[in-house]
Amino acid sequence: MSAHAATADGKQLNYLNCEKGLWSWIMSIDHKRIGLMYLASILSFFVVGGVFALLVRAELFSHGKTLYGPDDYNVFFTLHGVIMIFLFIVPGIPATLGNFLLPLMIGAKDVIFPRLNRFTYWLYLFGAAIAFCAIFMRLDTGWTFYAPYSIQNRWAVVTATAAAFFLGFASILTGLNFLVTIHNMRAPGMTWGRLPLFVWTLYASAILQIVATPVIGITLLLLLLENTMGIGIFNPAAGGDPVLFEHLFWFYSHPVVYIMILPAMGVVSEIIPVFSKKPIFGYKALVYASVGIAAVSFLVWGHHMFVAGMSNLSRYIFSFLTFFVAVPTAVKVFNWVSTMYKGSISWDTPMLYAMAFVFLFLIAGTTGVHLATLGTDAHYHDTYFVVAHFHYTIQGGAVIGLFAGLHFWFPKMFGRMYNEKVAKFAWLFLFIGFNGTFIPQFILGMEGMPRRYYDYPIEFEPLHRISSIFAFINAAGYAMVLGNLFYAVFKGKKCEENPFHSLSLEWTTASPPIHDNFVQIPRVTTWTYGYGAEHAAEGEAVH
Amino acid sequence: MFTFMPEQASEWAPYVDWLNDYITNISVFCILGITAVMLYFAIRYRRRGPDDVTPYITHSASLETAWTVVPTVICFFVFYYGFESYHEMRNPPANAMEVNVTGVKWRWDFEYSNGKRTTNELVVPIGRAVKLIMRSQDTTHSFFIPAMRVKEDVLSTVYSYLWFTPTKLGEYHIFCAEYCGLQHSGMLGKLRVVSEGEFGDYLYDRQDPEAVELPPAELGKLKFAEKGCTACHSIDGSKGLGPSLKGVFGGDHVMSDGSVVKADENYIRESIVYSQKKIVKGFEGIVMPAFEGQLSEAEVNGLIAYLKTL
Ligand code: HEC
Ligand SMILES: [Cu+2]
Ligand SMILES: [Cu+2]
Repeated sequence: MSAHAATADGKQLNYLNCEKGLWSWIMSIDHKRIGLMYLASILSFFVVGGVFALLVRAELFSHGKTLYGPDDYNVFFTLHGVIMIFLFIVPGIPATLGNFLLPLMIGAKDVIFPRLNRFTYWLYLFGAAIAFCAIFMRLDTGWTFYAPYSIQNRWAVVTATAAAFFLGFASILTGLNFLVTIHNMRAPGMTWGRLPLFVWTLYASAILQIVATPVIGITLLLLLLENTMGIGIFNPAAGGDPVLFEHLFWFYSHPVVYIMILPAMGVVSEIIPVFSKKPIFGYKALVYASVGIAAVSFLVWGHHMFVAGMSNLSRYIFSFLTFFVAVPTAVKVFNWVSTMYKGSISWDTPMLYAMAFVFLFLIAGTTGVHLATLGTDAHYHDTYFVVAHFHYTIQGGAVIGLFAGLHFWFPKMFGRMYNEKVAKFAWLFLFIGFNGTFIPQFILGMEGMPRRYYDYPIEFEPLHRISSIFAFINAAGYAMVLGNLFYAVFKGKKCEENPFHSLSLEWTTASPPIHDNFVQIPRVTTWTYGYGAEHAAEGEAVH
Repeated sequence: MFTFMPEQASEWAPYVDWLNDYITNISVFCILGITAVMLYFAIRYRRRGPDDVTPYITHSASLETAWTVVPTVICFFVFYYGFESYHEMRNPPANAMEVNVTGVKWRWDFEYSNGKRTTNELVVPIGRAVKLIMRSQDTTHSFFIPAMRVKEDVLSTVYSYLWFTPTKLGEYHIFCAEYCGLQHSGMLGKLRVVSEGEFGDYLYDRQDPEAVELPPAELGKLKFAEKGCTACHSIDGSKGLGPSLKGVFGGDHVMSDGSVVKADENYIRESIVYSQKKIVKGFEGIVMPAFEGQLSEAEVNGLIAYLKTL
């Protein structure tokens, strides 16, 4: 292991204490510090977005007016979506865990463009600041900004789209930085076939970030010009076409789901082998599945528009193509579960999150089939069924994946351990709260409850009430998780360098790592997943 | 299993529900099955200590092929059933009763072929196919009747349509499913399915003369003469300055660039309002005036209804 340098007072020197003061953080080009700053930022926005979610659920508790009027409601559900999507979960795992871990996992000192990385973070914050202005301008278009409604809402939309435009650039640049890093910065011996699966998923989502995000950038720019100059691209009154906006919007916004979810799948693929003490099952299939999902995800955007006035032929084609996303997703699930076969399975918190992920993602995936199927989508489109489906994907998938990763790599990041009992208890709260919130919403959707409704017919009230109550339990779970982790950053028990006995490269260096990650760039001779009795010692992949 | 679908009140609601059940059953089976296996492994192979011995298993070509192929096959079936049912939903029968629907922030206006107009209340006879021809006057809306299992966006740029055959008497919700602003959730309508007899009384109820205006086709006939269409268009098949409009609706028309266009509501509307967008082959030299801004929404709909009768 690494030889540790020490500070004057005898403490080990690491990336956290090697430089001190606010300025040293602001100006830092260390990927680990940038990752932590991203983490602090996105989690703060997560809390804000969560507060808006609770406001929405509180209003929906009763039929009729409960707390406030429809104008506020429309603003709140819009802000919930905009903040959660653009400020929290799009940067999500890549900007936080990805930034922190990518160089460590491939045996590099940093990403290839550290200054660009710093610029990206501040660009992201700049975009976030503009987005916050939109909060005060009562943006009420929904996070989808559909024209022509979004054309009547001029300044709030101009502000929000400008914000999303900058945030998009931050996303593109992060993707670019990661892609080039993975190509050029791998340590000697870290071949493509040995690359950890988390890195593979970062690679796949980096491609999506680079290719898909410019499209939303252009689209939002056009919407901005439509609002300010009336160029007549999307506005029917000026000869434009609102359906064109939907096409362009979803050309980005379908792949973006995979920008969010693929890295979460990567996290789970890292956790399950470690906590099962088994090699990942079907490494190659998982790699192909990741890249395959990324590729297919460009061809299915029309499934958001089955009833939006597309030609019948396009509806048939987009439905057909959408089914091709289901297959690689199913393959992944089978591989994860098989990895556990005959393992030595620890029930530590990261593994609980990983198992919750598998279960929740199964529900997300199968309800996606209901929506990909034309005959049933005609009924489900724009109902609570869709709302529940994408919360299972994004919250049950991407957010649970993020927290799985945070609990797993927490000792790596801080050299400290959170309180395991509290962590498990919070996990249970989250799990129950989450399912209790959204299972009733599946039922509401089946019954025909449309989304984005301030009020609803009285017969929907009981299920709305259940959903609202559990939403608060869900929030309490998140409060516990965040409180537990935040406390542990400063007061957690100091722990071993590699408490979970992972064989992955990032654990071979000190925890927390030194500023340069490795004292010496490592030479890689094995793949990452050499768990299992006989062969682990030999360390060679039988692959 | 696990169906909470609303009442089945249209001809294909049972089919949609069957399909939904089919998918749900497979899903529940997979979710419970895979989760059970996962939990079984988690308990059966629970860690006893740090020195547990585990086997080194990396992959299995046969297993992995199996679990790629099986879901693929299932997916094909599901796609096919979904396609089959939907294909029917998108192809209304020729004899369907037509009703014009206009989405306006935040209400639904309906217009029957005899000129009767209603707001937020659509009444249809049981057992007869109904085709709704829909257009928005402002932003995008979406017309949704859960009990009929139909939904389609209502745009301000083109006519969209949907159809269904009601099979059960009763009253059902009509929702707007596309977010349209302040009163989106208040854009509620009521669908009443009544008997043939009751429908006749309803349609020809002249108690309330306010609600009944000139039937669209008659209004169209009037405007056709008034706006001078007759100067160029015959209705008996003989050629004038413009093509005869006899049987114009529904036919395939060859344009000056060689393309073939099917004359549906959208084409006819465009031919009248923006007449220069597509020129009929053989009539390149004569300019039909564009009627953009000179005809009200109801007059355009009326002209279309009239041309359909020719
Ligand atoms: C000055 C003569 C003139 C007048 C007046 C006129 N049209 Fe036309 N119309 C034409 C010509 C010429 C064409 C073929 C070229 C084209 O497609 O623009 C045509 C094409 C059409 C078509 C498409 C026919 C097809 O076979 O595809 C429709 C429908 C139509 N007109 C309806 C109307 C209606 C309704 C009015 C009255 C409101 C009207 N026209 C008034 C000259 C005229
Ligand atoms: Cu999608
Ligand atoms: Cu609406």
